[in-house]
Amino acid sequence: MSKAAELAALIGSQTALSNRNLIINGAMQVAQRGTSFTSQTGVAYHIDRFETQAYNVGTGVYKVEQSTEAPDGFYNSLKYSCTTADTSQDANNQFYIQQQIEAQNIYQLKFYEANPDSVTISFYVRSNTTGSYGMSLKLSDNNSSDSSTDTRIYPTTFTISSADTWEKITKTITLDSSTSETRPTGNNMGMALLIWLAAGSSRQAATADAWADNGNTATTVDADDFLGSTSNNFHLTGVQLEVGETATPFEHRSFGDELARCDRYFQSYDLSGSYVGLCAAQCASSTESLAAMTFRTPMRASPSMSFNNLILTDRIGYDSDVSQCAVQGSSSGGVSWRSVHASNSGSAHDAQHITSKNNTTDAYARFDAEL
Amino acid sequence: MNITSAQYNAQSGTNLSINATIDGIEMSVPLDPANRHYAEIMRQVEAGTLTIADAD
Repeated sequence: MSKAAELAALIGSQTALSNRNLIINGAMQVAQRGTSFTSQTGVAYHIDRFETQAYNVGTGVYKVEQSTEAPDGFYNSLKYSCTTADTSQDANNQFYIQQQIEAQNIYQLKFYEANPDSVTISFYVRSNTTGSYGMSLKLSDNNSSDSSTDTRIYPTTFTISSADTWEKITKTITLDSSTSETRPTGNNMGMALLIWLAAGSSRQAATADAWADNGNTATTVDADDFLGSTSNNFHLTGVQLEVGETATPFEHRSFGDELARCDRYFQSYDLSGSYVGLCAAQCASSTESLAAMTFRTPMRASPSMSFNNLILTDRIGYDSDVSQCAVQGSSSGGVSWRSVHASNSGSAHDAQHITSKNNTTDAYARFDAEL
Repeated sequence: MNITSAQYNAQSGTNLSINATIDGIEMSVPLDPANRHYAEIMRQVEAGTLTIADAD
């Protein structure tokens, strides 16, 4: 087939030549929370948009990194390593990597009706441990959450054939044709992709390759007991989920494009230069001030706020550490908060300051609207 | 989600947000049901495992 014919065939077979990938940050480029997370034992977001769900880990401890070990065509991967082993796996142990997709981002998909669409999932993995692993696709029923038993789940498996070698995994799944469910809407969870690293004996009951109500289980094929040995590691990158039955090449996006997509769910304003300002503030009393800012990208929902090492300063001679930020008003577009800070003669009522970092310690303000 | 403290932040008698320690991090959580932290706080309150203190 000529190149022109190949291109024509490709165009004809696809619903979109761009914006195909429903996964955000699939190449693991964006890491606003940090690039290395040690002493992990539970549920947390690490690399942007990818959540680790770890339950009943016993004495097991894991580490998560944005690694530069990557297959050809990629620079980063999401790396898991076991740093403290739990040699007696709990029957209810669950350990999986998850990305939840917003309902309004899958409006183009047909499901919960006859003749539903198919989607194709592809990703690159590398691990010291070969064998069968679990993966699952979830669909929300009437805006049910990822953990709800109303949510529908399709458990399946994939195989790592060679140790310490990058392999591309591809899996096509026909979406749920059950007509007794209700499509999710708006900014709620619509779909979720799960990649299992471990499932205890009571978490292996799901039937493979069939849609069912969510039981928070992997398939009948045991996923590896990831926390069973400190030799274990697992790398993941190039994650793509697209409409159709063909795994097209990974859709690389610019860093700025990917960051803006991540910003809908989490934003970190990192203030690393001396006295870099976050926003203006006005003192309401000698110990309190009010500040407000607009987000650089509208967020999915009103976000939670956290901060580190913020100060109020007038850059003349007054610096005061912020000890608390309390949200006063919040929406997907912006936020106002009340800062509590040390009393100082420069912080009189109506005095104008900036919210900033001091001249020695890096600071941040973070806003979390993840699913 | 490990929530070890929660207290309303109020102004003029109206609750505006919840200051909470979640997984060891101090956060200010808006009263938005679509916010996952708020949803979890309310789930734990309903389950009887968490109490939100009144505002100072």
